[in-house]
Amino acid sequence: MSDQTILQVKNLKVNFDVSSEGDMPWTKPKKLQAVNNISFTLNAGETLGIVGESGCGKSTLARAIVKMVPAESGKVLWLGNDLLSLSDSETRQYRKQIQMIFQDPLASLNPRMNIGEIIAEPLRTHYPKTSESDVKLRVSDVMNKVGLLDNLVNRYPHEFSGGQCQRIGIARALILKPKLIICDEPVSALDVSIQAQVVNLLMDIQQEMDLALIFIAHDLSVVKHISTKIMVLYLGNMVELANSNEIYQNPSHPYTQALISAVPIPDPNIEKNKELILIEGDLPSPINPPSGCVFRTRCHKAKEICSKEKPNFIESSTSHSVACHFHD
Amino acid sequence: MIVANKKKIKDMAENFSESGAGRSLWKDARIRFIQNKAATISLFVLLAIVSFSFIGPYFAVWSYEQIDWNAMGSAARVGMPSIESGHYFGTDDLGRDLYSRVIQGTQISLMVGVLGASVAVIVGTLYGATSGYLGGKTDQIMMRIVDILMSIPYMFVLILLLVVFGRSIGMLFIGIGLLSWLDMSRIVRGQTLNLKNKEFIEAAKVTGVSDFKIITRHIVPNLLGIVAVYATLLVPGIILAESFISFLGLGVQEPSTSWGALIKEGSGTISYDTEWQLLFPLAFFVVSLFCFYFIGDGLRDALDPKER
Amino acid sequence: MSLLEVSNLKVRFETADGIVNAVNDVNFSVEEGKILAIVGESGSGKSQTVFAMTGLLDHNGSATGSVKFEGVEILNLSNQKLNKIRAEKIAMIFQDPMTSLNPYVRVSDQMTEVLMYHQGLSKTDALKQSISMLDSVRIPDAGNRIRMYPHEFSGGMRQRVMIAMSLLCRPKLLIADEPTTALDVTVQAQIMQLLSDLQKEFGMSIILITHDLGVVAGNSDDMLVMYGGEIMEIGKTENIYSKPTHPYTQGLMSAVPRLNDSEERLITIPGNPPNMMKPPEGCPFSPRCNYSNDECSNVSPILSNVDKGDHFRACHIEIEKIV
Repeated sequence: MSDQTILQVKNLKVNFDVSSEGDMPWTKPKKLQAVNNISFTLNAGETLGIVGESGCGKSTLARAIVKMVPAESGKVLWLGNDLLSLSDSETRQYRKQIQMIFQDPLASLNPRMNIGEIIAEPLRTHYPKTSESDVKLRVSDVMNKVGLLDNLVNRYPHEFSGGQCQRIGIARALILKPKLIICDEPVSALDVSIQAQVVNLLMDIQQEMDLALIFIAHDLSVVKHISTKIMVLYLGNMVELANSNEIYQNPSHPYTQALISAVPIPDPNIEKNKELILIEGDLPSPINPPSGCVFRTRCHKAKEICSKEKPNFIESSTSHSVACHFHD
Repeated sequence: MIVANKKKIKDMAENFSESGAGRSLWKDARIRFIQNKAATISLFVLLAIVSFSFIGPYFAVWSYEQIDWNAMGSAARVGMPSIESGHYFGTDDLGRDLYSRVIQGTQISLMVGVLGASVAVIVGTLYGATSGYLGGKTDQIMMRIVDILMSIPYMFVLILLLVVFGRSIGMLFIGIGLLSWLDMSRIVRGQTLNLKNKEFIEAAKVTGVSDFKIITRHIVPNLLGIVAVYATLLVPGIILAESFISFLGLGVQEPSTSWGALIKEGSGTISYDTEWQLLFPLAFFVVSLFCFYFIGDGLRDALDPKER
Repeated sequence: MSLLEVSNLKVRFETADGIVNAVNDVNFSVEEGKILAIVGESGSGKSQTVFAMTGLLDHNGSATGSVKFEGVEILNLSNQKLNKIRAEKIAMIFQDPMTSLNPYVRVSDQMTEVLMYHQGLSKTDALKQSISMLDSVRIPDAGNRIRMYPHEFSGGMRQRVMIAMSLLCRPKLLIADEPTTALDVTVQAQIMQLLSDLQKEFGMSIILITHDLGVVAGNSDDMLVMYGGEIMEIGKTENIYSKPTHPYTQGLMSAVPRLNDSEERLITIPGNPPNMMKPPEGCPFSPRCNYSNDECSNVSPILSNVDKGDHFRACHIEIEKIV
């Protein structure tokens, strides 16, 4: 881990146009604020965990960083270059350095290609002049790194288990020796014992290759284990950002507190005596978010100011930032 | 403390199965297809008919346009199917050998059907895949064009073209080809929309694979299944269209003939005790169509996207 | 007499690729008013066990053995007889509430149908009871919301509707098959809290099927751990968590990342879940077990007693070597 900042996201906003049922074809579509003013930095070798529940915008954020969805405004500075201001062809060269792994391990692999071809694709795309033997070597190299035997090169994705498919996805992401891998819920679809294998694998590779990771998940326990720092999102807004241990020991935002209290711990003594902080009510509609603080409709601390003034995201202590008028 | 057991893992990995080659989805589909008796039998019957159309002429005594003056005008008495006279299938009213004419008809009909379907498949697939993948306004415009073309009364236009520009095989192709790719493009576009959102397409985009390569390497191969099914169902459709045109008298020009034309002639003379003139071409026509439908059905079951 | 007694339950499926023995000789019981958690990963057979009990197996599946509910044998009963038991005595809720509710029918109609069919109530009475049940599961404005369609509810709300529907006839046993797996963690906490409160209020027993060890810890009295279609360990939740005596249970406990712990590295169970088409000989866990020996790979272990009365495990290796 070094102090070199490789990624800086500044005030990123992503909106979607949605039309609701019953609208006439000429009515203007409404705006859905999927990502609202998100900023953070990431250093080489660091892991940023992004947690939040359905509709918090974490997947949209990931896709906006790699330009898979258009951003409304903001900057994505990769090694100093604002990706959002570059054209598609200019962005292409940076794609070698930022890779992604996905939630559904099987669906992220083309069922008609064998895994050798799948893993080799990034290499062939960016370095088409590489000789066949070199390609084979690199593929075999990276397969060994993720714990897959060489003789499986000609197999097809459906012949593998979920955990193995995820390893194939990781191998594909590694072959170009990227600096950052964005992991979008990579272990949610896997069994517990396999989750642990994949998480360990990611951490090992990270150390070996000085890789930065953005790890998106809804399982706070897994995220805390793998991340250096954690960002908590709610309805497209950042509510808290701090180091992993800090977030667990001193959660300042009411939502974070509720989130942590809701995570069931595998220990009957702790669980049965736990004081649950329950959030009542439903997630508000992102098309019509609450005025002021978006969390106020479900917050037990909400007062009048919360509906009038949106709390700023400020540093409450060293490397611990919160957006709340009444944070702890 | 639990320590990883390397030997155990190696054993498990080798258990994976001995052969190095993978079991691709095409192989799985082939196995499933073969298990479908109707489809496999149909495949053989169709192949038999196709080989007949190539080999048959070597056994023919008469050509398809030669007139047997003995039989002309008196087909009911003299033109019956017989081995001695060389008229295996009998003769038509003009005394022409039905065996050779049926072979000729088979060649023409199958050719129109298969070639027509091929053109429709290629044009329809590329058009539909591009439209579906690009999405947005391009997709809207492309599909509206398809909608407009589809609303044209097919038969009407085809007949008009043939009457205005004269009857020829070329015109037949143009007329049929112009409109039969539309359905295919709709189907392919739908499937493409479905595929577009799959994660492996996202993965390819993030990697930086070009749009063209995504369409050709990732989308089209995953479309082939559904395309194959509809292609085999397109062929009979085109043969039927051509047969109908010929039945109306607007099809291929004499002395060339097709199943439709033969059926037209045969059905016209039914009351004159010359059933063979209708039955032979009809039999070939019906059997071939059934075969295509069974094969199409078999393909659809075999390629069912319930992979795994 | 236990409320539910399962003995020698075996479930097998005939597939085009061969026979799958999904559940292999499973024995357990559920007492009145108690919550039993069934824990397992893919291929463990946990869902098929309860499907067999409630007659929900696929047509190519068959079950043998005995399932006694209140002393009466219910395994392989005809659909007619089972329908009397379903909803009234044994109710079930599933993982995905969207597919368990008919999207074309209003919630009110779906709920009143249950009461009208099973308890012969009139439509008005059924509606009244349904609304009061929706109140019990804490759906706000139940009187109006009941007229909505399933897709108009959020995921958590739909699951509450499912729970309400399942409790309409006050069943003695509620089977919950991964009820919160598809839900956000804060919603999961709400739902589990709800289930716990309802259990205290209505006094029913619950079989809770899940792979989440945290959920099990907070919400069950007893638990059983399944792997490869067989029971590995069974006993009181507290005892098993404080002293897991089976290598698989131990492995699971170590592999789960804990919020309150900061180990550097998760201790994993090597290998992959079993292929139920070609299950391993002997103990299904032996290929992945660090303690296994020849006997383990050849002879299937039977459940044997561990010191504390109701605690059993299926393992050949002595406890001292594992704990």
